[in-house]
Amino acid sequence: MSQYILYKNARLLDPDSRLDMMGELLTHKGLIQEIGANITPPSGAEIIDCMGHCLCPGLIDMRVFVGIPGADYKDTIENTGEAAVMGGVTTVCVQPVTDPIIDDMARVEFLENRAKKAKITFIPFPAITKQLEGMEMTEIGLMSRSGVKAFTDGNKSVANPALMLRVLKYASMFDALIVQHLAVPELSDNGCMNAGALATRLGLSGVPTAAETIMLERDIRLLKNSPSRYHAAQITCQDSIDVLVAAKRDKVNITAGVAVPHFSLNEYAIEDYRTFARLSPPLRSENDRLAVIEGLKNGAIDVIVSGHDPEDPENKRVPYQLAETGVIGLETMLSVSLELYHNDHIPLLDILAKMTCNPARILGLESGVLKVGAPADLCIFDLNVPYQINPDNMASLTKNTPFDGRPTQGRVIRTVVGDTTVFEYSK
Amino acid sequence: MSKAENTANLIFPHQHLLGIEGLKEQDINCILDLADKYAEQNKKTNKKSDILTGMTQINLFYENSTRTRMSFELAGKRLGADVINMTSSGSSIKKGETLLDTASTLNAMRPDLLVVRHDCSGAVKLLSRKVNCAVLNAGDGTHEHPTQALLDALTIRRRKGKIARLTVAICGDILHSRVARSNIHLLNIMGARVRVIGPSTLVPANVKELGVEVFYDMKEGLKDCDVVMMLRLQTERMHGGYFPTISEYFTLYGLDYEKLSVAKDDAMIMHPGPMNRGVEIDAAVADDLIRSAIQEQVEMGVAVRMACLDLLTREKRDSGK
Repeated sequence: MSQYILYKNARLLDPDSRLDMMGELLTHKGLIQEIGANITPPSGAEIIDCMGHCLCPGLIDMRVFVGIPGADYKDTIENTGEAAVMGGVTTVCVQPVTDPIIDDMARVEFLENRAKKAKITFIPFPAITKQLEGMEMTEIGLMSRSGVKAFTDGNKSVANPALMLRVLKYASMFDALIVQHLAVPELSDNGCMNAGALATRLGLSGVPTAAETIMLERDIRLLKNSPSRYHAAQITCQDSIDVLVAAKRDKVNITAGVAVPHFSLNEYAIEDYRTFARLSPPLRSENDRLAVIEGLKNGAIDVIVSGHDPEDPENKRVPYQLAETGVIGLETMLSVSLELYHNDHIPLLDILAKMTCNPARILGLESGVLKVGAPADLCIFDLNVPYQINPDNMASLTKNTPFDGRPTQGRVIRTVVGDTTVFEYSK
Repeated sequence: MSKAENTANLIFPHQHLLGIEGLKEQDINCILDLADKYAEQNKKTNKKSDILTGMTQINLFYENSTRTRMSFELAGKRLGADVINMTSSGSSIKKGETLLDTASTLNAMRPDLLVVRHDCSGAVKLLSRKVNCAVLNAGDGTHEHPTQALLDALTIRRRKGKIARLTVAICGDILHSRVARSNIHLLNIMGARVRVIGPSTLVPANVKELGVEVFYDMKEGLKDCDVVMMLRLQTERMHGGYFPTISEYFTLYGLDYEKLSVAKDDAMIMHPGPMNRGVEIDAAVADDLIRSAIQEQVEMGVAVRMACLDLLTREKRDSGK
């Protein structure tokens, strides 16, 4: 069997080099060998006709929760992998919110070993603080030396400023990336939705946007005093966008992400106490949603994540304020993000950059680009096909999507990792 | 009897009573008209009727309650229903059964009416989707308490002869009050002018969007009011300080004759109970036989709940199932 594969008749999209042209792409032994308008394939090469569809680098999702270890009833590694490839995602960054918590090298290795069963790349993000307690730092140095790219306390903030300052100083010695969940606990812990008129009407306690913006401003102040590599995991509001724009203008070394629901839904998605749309941070007002889109457009936000967080229906079929937070999103990340293109908000390459070359650059990965020598992680998608999101067609074990029934446009038709087509859409 | 015959034509086109929001003026009038009839029936020596004979009413209370539970129990019994009370302590709820499992279990026993109180906003609506019978919200978290608003409306209507165009001030802990929310909705639907008064920590600024005027000063807010509704300070729902001391709160927001003097001379005083004397209301004002309608509210509570139980079972009774 030949180790050459030619993808022909494709709209090649490489956000990193701004390439957008009809052409062909040749891979060899799992790496990209040649990119061009007209490639003569070596004899015996497998030829895949892309039928004019888009071909871009496989997506990189910087925020995914898994059920392994501790909760395989939510999602197994294999399930997460299946969900990812359905959405064109070939690399997932795993949050340490597991049982036990991933907070040392042994557990990182455990997860990496288990992840070998999956068809895609799993990058564990171990905890910043032991047991996510926000008290003592984990072995950031040892883990960095062993190849760990980034640290995060997942859905918890490093709330103590003295500790955060030490974390930033310490992590900078190893060039380690600190990924922060932005929420002042005292302002957010009792809340279960966006603070505002809707919360008042529904009789639910609110989380003000200040909970996020105050933490962001604090961390930017710390970064100015102690430069380090820092990524704000999820931005959800106008005020935070304004703060980010100013920080980037001041050349603060900061990057930021947004989860798909925060630019595609607003707080009204939880009206009628829909627990499937309960998130942390919560869905915000329509003004904030539009501001986040503006932030994606003007570059304040670098990365789009799915925030994929499988939750057992048992934890969602309860009164709203008792429900767990989190939605699944791997399968729908690309389709829903493409609404930004179809609605004329953001050019196609700019959207794709936030799921390919931008996270790759932040994490120091070789994937995320269509470049000779780069891994042949590829996502081939039909940009225009309309369809309705249906949780029954998803691979995730839990079906806690807030997008059930949403009409959308654009679907992944083939996902490739190296030499292997790991997903192919069949009607 | 002529009034009773008239009520036979009342139409209440709802399966459940989950909240005031979403009801129409004619729905509310329908309940109040029927409740008027029951208020008269309740004054007789024989208070019983048999319209709910053979029907089962379950009162499912996840939160402590005295007057609301008693009131629903009396209402059901006076209409001839078999009434069962279930509270969270000493039941399978304590053993960790989920709300929806409890709902399915109770539903399997084929009740005709479920009266539910829960400490989570939206919980009663969630439960209503899993059962076949009529569900009445007896208070869900800080969301709604529809029968309280209805009994308040009945009390006002009987005293003032109308609700429309009255100026009603709701005072105190608006933030944590389901009574306030239901009353704001109801009074707006009925065309009253609604004010809320309280400290800014307990009166969310955005409550304006529910259609009220917001005041932070009692005397400004009470000026020329027809009705003054006091709310209980819900310290059990407060995490952290919302005001410095009870003494300061009473001085600024407790209802006494001095603050009341700016309201209309015939302004009526209401309180959903239980009252904290010396916290939100001065004892002398609470006991004012002429102006205080607090005892009447309790009395109207039974009548309003009888009307609700009656209306929500009508279709079933008429179809003879």
